[in-house]
Amino acid sequence: MNEHYVLHVNGRDHEVTDAWLGESLLDVLRERLGLLAAKGACEQGECGSCSVLVDGDLVCSCLVLGAAAVGRAITTVEGLTERGTLTDVQRAYLEAGAVQCGFCTPGLIMATHDLLDRVPEPTEMEIREELAGNVCRCTGYGRIIDAVQQVAVARRTGAGPA
Amino acid sequence: MAVVVPMSLREAVDALAANPGALVLAGGTDAMVEINDGHRRVGHAGSPEVVVAVDRVAELRSWTLDPGGSRLTIGAGVTYTELMEEPLASFVPALAEASRTVGSPQIRNAGTLGGNLGTCSPAGDGLPVLSALDAEVHLAGATGTRTVSVHDFMVGVKQTVLAPGEIITAVTVPLLDGWQGYSKVGVRNAMVIATASACLAVDQPTRSVRIALGSVAPTIVRAPEAESFAAGHVDWGAGHVDPATAGEFGRLAAAAARPIDDHRSSAAYRRHAIDVMARRLLERAFRGADPT
Amino acid sequence: MSIVETPRVTRTEAPVRDGVIGRSPLRPDGIAKVDGSFQFSSDLHAEGAAWGATLRSPHPHARIVSIDVSKAWKIDGVDAVITAADVPGKATYGLIAHDQPVFASDVVRYVGEPVAAVAADHPETCRRALEAIDVVYDELEPLLDPEAAIAGTHPPIHPDGNVVRHQRIVRGDPDATGEVVVEGTYEIGMQDQAFLGLEAALAIPDSGGGGVELHIATQWLHEDRGQIAACLGLPEDQVRLVLGGVGGAFGAREDISLQVHTCLLALRLGKPVRMAYDRAESFLGHVHRHPATIWMRHHATADGEIVKIEARFVLDGGAYASTSSAVLLNAVTHTQGPYRCPNAVVDGWAVRTNHLPCGAMRGFGVVQACFAHESQMDRLAEACGRDPVEIRLRNVMRTGDPLITGQVVESVAPVERCIRETAALPLPDEPIGGRDADPMRLPGGAGRTADVGHVRRGIGWGVSIKNLMYSEGFDDYSTARCRLADGRVTLKFATAEVGQGFVTIAGQIARTILGVDDVDLARIDTGVGSAGSTSASRQTWMSGGAVDAACRQVRERLFEHVADLHGLDPLQLEIDGTDVVDTLGDLRVPVAAATAGQVFDETVEYRHRPTVDLDENGQGDCHVAFAFVAHRAVVDVDPELGLVKVVQIATAQDVGRALNPLSVIGQIEGGIAQGLGLAVMEEIVQVDGRIRNANFTDYLLPTMLDMPPVVATLVEEPDPQAPLGAKGVGEPPCISSTPAIVAAIRDALRDDAGRARPLVRVPVRPQDIALSGTASPDG
Repeated sequence: MNEHYVLHVNGRDHEVTDAWLGESLLDVLRERLGLLAAKGACEQGECGSCSVLVDGDLVCSCLVLGAAAVGRAITTVEGLTERGTLTDVQRAYLEAGAVQCGFCTPGLIMATHDLLDRVPEPTEMEIREELAGNVCRCTGYGRIIDAVQQVAVARRTGAGPA
Repeated sequence: MAVVVPMSLREAVDALAANPGALVLAGGTDAMVEINDGHRRVGHAGSPEVVVAVDRVAELRSWTLDPGGSRLTIGAGVTYTELMEEPLASFVPALAEASRTVGSPQIRNAGTLGGNLGTCSPAGDGLPVLSALDAEVHLAGATGTRTVSVHDFMVGVKQTVLAPGEIITAVTVPLLDGWQGYSKVGVRNAMVIATASACLAVDQPTRSVRIALGSVAPTIVRAPEAESFAAGHVDWGAGHVDPATAGEFGRLAAAAARPIDDHRSSAAYRRHAIDVMARRLLERAFRGADPT
Repeated sequence: MSIVETPRVTRTEAPVRDGVIGRSPLRPDGIAKVDGSFQFSSDLHAEGAAWGATLRSPHPHARIVSIDVSKAWKIDGVDAVITAADVPGKATYGLIAHDQPVFASDVVRYVGEPVAAVAADHPETCRRALEAIDVVYDELEPLLDPEAAIAGTHPPIHPDGNVVRHQRIVRGDPDATGEVVVEGTYEIGMQDQAFLGLEAALAIPDSGGGGVELHIATQWLHEDRGQIAACLGLPEDQVRLVLGGVGGAFGAREDISLQVHTCLLALRLGKPVRMAYDRAESFLGHVHRHPATIWMRHHATADGEIVKIEARFVLDGGAYASTSSAVLLNAVTHTQGPYRCPNAVVDGWAVRTNHLPCGAMRGFGVVQACFAHESQMDRLAEACGRDPVEIRLRNVMRTGDPLITGQVVESVAPVERCIRETAALPLPDEPIGGRDADPMRLPGGAGRTADVGHVRRGIGWGVSIKNLMYSEGFDDYSTARCRLADGRVTLKFATAEVGQGFVTIAGQIARTILGVDDVDLARIDTGVGSAGSTSASRQTWMSGGAVDAACRQVRERLFEHVADLHGLDPLQLEIDGTDVVDTLGDLRVPVAAATAGQVFDETVEYRHRPTVDLDENGQGDCHVAFAFVAHRAVVDVDPELGLVKVVQIATAQDVGRALNPLSVIGQIEGGIAQGLGLAVMEEIVQVDGRIRNANFTDYLLPTMLDMPPVVATLVEEPDPQAPLGAKGVGEPPCISSTPAIVAAIRDALRDDAGRARPLVRVPVRPQDIALSGTASPDG
């Protein structure tokens, strides 16, 4: 029942061994590859904590079958900081007070990068709609929206995050 | 035990022919919930031995407009995100509206129209639109292909006419000339399963009004009495509907619903919601009716 | 969102360093949280660890006839199967009464009660092992009606009986009456804390055998340790707890969940064991907010001055006691809200049923009381022909006023200021649907259920009082250790950081008191004395007080050292920026230089003033201190479909002193989101004792599209009782935001005669608004 396959995560091939084939990509990332940034909180695609990019599309990794992601380019939060520095989105979350317990944060960071790559200057309503799939139980979202707006402004003006 | 990832429809059909009991995995937004929940144990006794993941089958990911421009065929693997984008959104506006109510961007990036049909939940957001448009569903299997009406395709709660080894390949809908829209009640302003939903589609040339209802019966239902009443009472020339007609249309639509009480809502509220949504949809359709 | 802050006096003339009190420095755990490397308890691994899992009762009430685990043992990969017979120590645990079994042995009392646990090589193996355990149950009639528990008409479902606590309060003249009388019966549904980081733990047995180290996301390490050690039959020093990263708490981590089970399995196997709940199990595995039915009758003068309040509270505590008795105390003692009330007759019961156990959740009994008293204030306003703000100002409590318990509110009570400052905040300037008439702004959102003309706007108010810290004579303290060496401070405490940001504030305190910039935080574990629980809005006051006191003691040692070297009196030294200075001379020494080669190390326990139990009439100084807040909600409602969109929440909160304004705003917005959830969507639905929505598809949390912008004013009147002048800020935001939102919905639903709809139950469901007759109006 267990098989061996290779996943392409954050620009590198990772061998997956001894995985039960029913494991979600989230489980494979966390339990097989030791990439713990993506979090599981609902396993139903309802919270967004496990958000990753698969071939450039933002998806819930809990709803992707790990073994079916062979040959896809997968990006997790770990892949954002491979050069050892935080991204503008990560810095803005930190500085805007968008982080409390932090459990939703990696998923939101991925979703925010995805949003700002597609829509560089989102309105507040666009931010709310686009990030509605990322549930945060601590912050009430106000500082998160602020962080997203700070990044959008900084990118437009060419400044670093405020 | 295996996970098969076909790249073409041919490979997918072959894989299913070889493993008629296989689990077909499209966007995963329904099937993976069950797998995670342990309901459907891949690789264990009583569970499918094979998963055929069809999300990379190129033929399923495309759409085509027929030469006359009157019928649109949408591949089963087209995602909700793609249905919200142009030009598909203009071709079938109600489908774009319905897609926008599906989960979150993450879900819409993964979930597909074919998956919505395959799951066949009464709450599936794409289904009332397909029903209102009298869509045709294209199936393929080892013995060939067939096309069934969406009304026949849906048999009951999570039950379809799909035979073992068969796969949904595409859906064909007519491009109607007239207003169409989708409306959905849930307890939250986003990320919510329909408590009740409705799709209304108008076809000006045939002076027909169609309305399909979601989450108020074991599968999607149409409200034929409401439809014929509306067709006979709206002012087609002026594009107007009077309040009494809209009100009666709502009542007739609600009468077609067969809702239940459950932990999400009550039968009484669901019926009431259909009444209100149907009325408002008709008023939207005929208040500022599309001048084309 | 805009934040309106009160003007803040600049406290020092020198440029303010970034990391001190009053600033909002970055969280010390922030980088790890944004780059994904922060280790939550579910991220913990250990070489060779087995997985544990729990078998739970499928019945709300049943006798266990037999448990056969033999088939589970035969499954490949199964390492251990344990039941009640394998618990070496105390068979039960609990926060106040030890009434909850580690594993049910004779009777199960709720759906989800643990019956056995297994350890195996993979979670999937665990699942199969659980399925292989054969438990024969003999079902018993469940007790599901709290009134039957009070009436004594159902046989006891627990040896401790069906009533956990009855508390009566009689104040003043019980026969007093008023010209205006309003009454109502209010219902509050069962809310879940729904933290995102699910229960998870890693237990590592000592290599020499005997003890165990448990890495756990909890709110109170030492309380856990005491309960765990008792059940394991070990002395407390053989059980060491380390705080695993906590993904939110909100009360749900105050009780034992998987702690004892994980340790039992690890000790049994002699190797590490991980346990982790999934979302469905989490709903069964922790306590919830008490569902409540509250009747209140307010007597007032014709112009709306409260004369007397009568009330009856019934809290459904579920199968085990947890903190029900303390939750009930909070509920009944907050009957009056932040208003003067000379006469009162209050009866409250917390009872046992075969529902899910209930205990701590943010607001702790006061949420329930507040929904009732604020609904009553609006009824009173209507009956007296006054508006909601007027009626509240007419009755507003002030510093020095007595409560219905006879306790005098010595805490600064700026209730009037909270109301007036809230009223002064701008209302939303956008019309219904916004200037762009975006359907996403309307009730129903993307569902496009409404057009602008279908929607009405309402405004509602909620004001609350909340006790801070533990009550009724509890020996409530916190411990902190401060070590200063070579210009670097190391702080050690057992305060559970659950996301609220105590770790940030601790550093700010040390930087302010000791004039150092480099503060290290030692691991949070039981290697230092108890900090008490991260709950009851208490850690800024209590652990902040402990860190403050420890730092001050170290500063005294530092001053003695410097004074000694320079022949000065230590009393003339002070910290200025990062220097030690002589206030009477020229000496100025950087703290780093003054502490070179020196080590100052002090550990301090901080206690708040003592409290007492209530007497038989509910009189006594049972609470320590209070905080206040006002909320004004603007809500757009689609009356026909019963859908709502909260447009704005305005709030002015009594914070004492904002040690970290950004963190305070985070608590305010986050608490309001939870209050909004209770108001319009969050409820655990149980039918015949079985939960029907134990997942995030059906237990709905507010999303970014549900939560409105918040405009806030921080009311800063430092509380002289508080060690840093700061009151706890965590709970008030979620207390009166709920009634404010419901009041706004009622306001939007006024009929042509201006009468509001009763809406006596939260969460308000679409059918309660849309279908007349389902909201069970009364009185």
